[in-house]
Amino acid sequence: MDNIQLEELARQCRRHIVRMIHSAGAGHPGGSLSAIDILVALYANKLRFDVENPDWEDRDRFVMSKGHASPAVYSILHEVGFISEADMMSFRKMGSVCQGHVDMKWTQGVDFSAGSLGMGLSFGLGCALAARMDSSDRDIWVMVGDGEIQEGQFWEAVMAADFHSVGRLNLIVDRNRIQNDDFVEVQMEVGDVAKKLSSFGWDVREIDGHSMEEVVSALEWSSKNITSPTAIIAHTIKGKGISFMENNPSFHGKAPNDEELRMSLEELS
Amino acid sequence: MSAPSTGGASRDGYGSALLRLSRDPRVVVLEADLGKSTKSCHFRELYPERTISLGIAEQNMVLVASGMASSGKVPFASTFAIFTERGFEQVRNGVARPGLIVHLCGSHGGVHTGTDGSSAQSIEDLALYRTIPGMTVMHPCDDLSAEELTVQLLNHGNPSYTRTARNKTPRMYNQKTCKSLKIGKGSVLREGGDVAIISCGVMVSESMKAAEYLSSKGIEATVVDMHTLKPLDTELIDELAGKCKGLVTAEDHSVIGGLGGAVAEHLSYSGGTPLRMVGVSDRFGESGTPQELMESMGITYGDIANSCESLMS
Repeated sequence: MDNIQLEELARQCRRHIVRMIHSAGAGHPGGSLSAIDILVALYANKLRFDVENPDWEDRDRFVMSKGHASPAVYSILHEVGFISEADMMSFRKMGSVCQGHVDMKWTQGVDFSAGSLGMGLSFGLGCALAARMDSSDRDIWVMVGDGEIQEGQFWEAVMAADFHSVGRLNLIVDRNRIQNDDFVEVQMEVGDVAKKLSSFGWDVREIDGHSMEEVVSALEWSSKNITSPTAIIAHTIKGKGISFMENNPSFHGKAPNDEELRMSLEELS
Repeated sequence: MSAPSTGGASRDGYGSALLRLSRDPRVVVLEADLGKSTKSCHFRELYPERTISLGIAEQNMVLVASGMASSGKVPFASTFAIFTERGFEQVRNGVARPGLIVHLCGSHGGVHTGTDGSSAQSIEDLALYRTIPGMTVMHPCDDLSAEELTVQLLNHGNPSYTRTARNKTPRMYNQKTCKSLKIGKGSVLREGGDVAIISCGVMVSESMKAAEYLSSKGIEATVVDMHTLKPLDTELIDELAGKCKGLVTAEDHSVIGGLGGAVAEHLSYSGGTPLRMVGVSDRFGESGTPQELMESMGITYGDIANSCESLMS
């Protein structure tokens, strides 16, 4: 897909995201909207998978560690054909394949059961080590939030990935600067993430996570670097695409009401 | 059952099992700096390409193991029992919840660990892992049974936690008898109609000693090696509850939530058979020899025998 098509697909996914969360009456719009441009580019242009064979051993893996951004994942899984419109819209309802937080046990096309922050990079490291043992060229992609990297386990995994020189492990940090309670800089600033990861031995690139051109080029760069673990620090805006949600901590984990849904869809039309 | 012979610690059995399991190329071993202690070091020496060293970082180790399990590997990860607890939520959310089959081994469990003191003496690990849906929880009593049960995990359909012990205990099995062990089935080591002692780990040999002592006083005890705490062999417990005057559990673990707790939970549904629990009574240990600590905690063969006698009156 070219960048114009990717941007249109991202707009469509944003509509799914707000509709899903509105219908559920709960969910996390802010971090879904900050991540979605990257997810769209990843699924449309990079990730190797087979909708007819979701458990294909040699598929690339996408580990969504910030599992509360599940609406973003479900919206793109719907667009690529893993889940139906009805399934997507049953998000957070009893018996739904679309659980509140992404869960590999419930949803085809999901590679990790998230919900507790800080665990995804370790899981991705395990996937990458197994792939190397099997001489497979499958790529492992992991997305974390910036608040999430306050978890100590994340840094355990960062250190271990460097030690084991896992080249096919690709990390994306959704640097939207807001976490549950408030701005990251208020809660506990994580600082210069690129510098920190570099000092741990990772190859790092910083991008505007809403510029399709930069996103596409960074994903390409990351997947081509197979000698050391790579990280893309994607500077994003929480709630991106909907003016009253943008950079607004109160939309981290709050559903839009009827009027807010109407306004959101109007902005995304 | 013949008289026990000298054997190794159950952690040695874990190490031997990994070597036998090495024939399956799916088997990988994960370590958090304590492979020399948990005995995964023998696998590392022969198969460094299938051994992942993760440093002193247990939470990461648990999720690396689950990532490998999701990619077709059969991971065996180990550290001290107490340090597995640091990754408890990781086991709950990252292993058991998605149903990924990771086998975790915690060595140096219980006060029997000795002079390292209370920080190293996990007395709650069995209780913790028993609460996780779908987890198999085991605590074998000697090296041979630990080896046999660990080998059986290769084709086991659930994630598991196995506690092993630091110190040598007398062998309850030989190369032949250990083959009859099955995960989830209690092993009857001695039969007697008056009372039944249900035990695990280092307390199995203490239970056998207690039974010999009781026999000299005219009380005949059944002794069970309940190496699997979950799933619990409730069929065997019901059978013993039906024929004996009472049951005594014996474990080097808190009486809250371990083997005693598991048996008590079952008995509360199945009938009114009297139960006594020999275990660590809601307190921490301290530095000392294994024998001193067992005496101090009230978990020697004499304590088991006293509990049995109290059921006879």
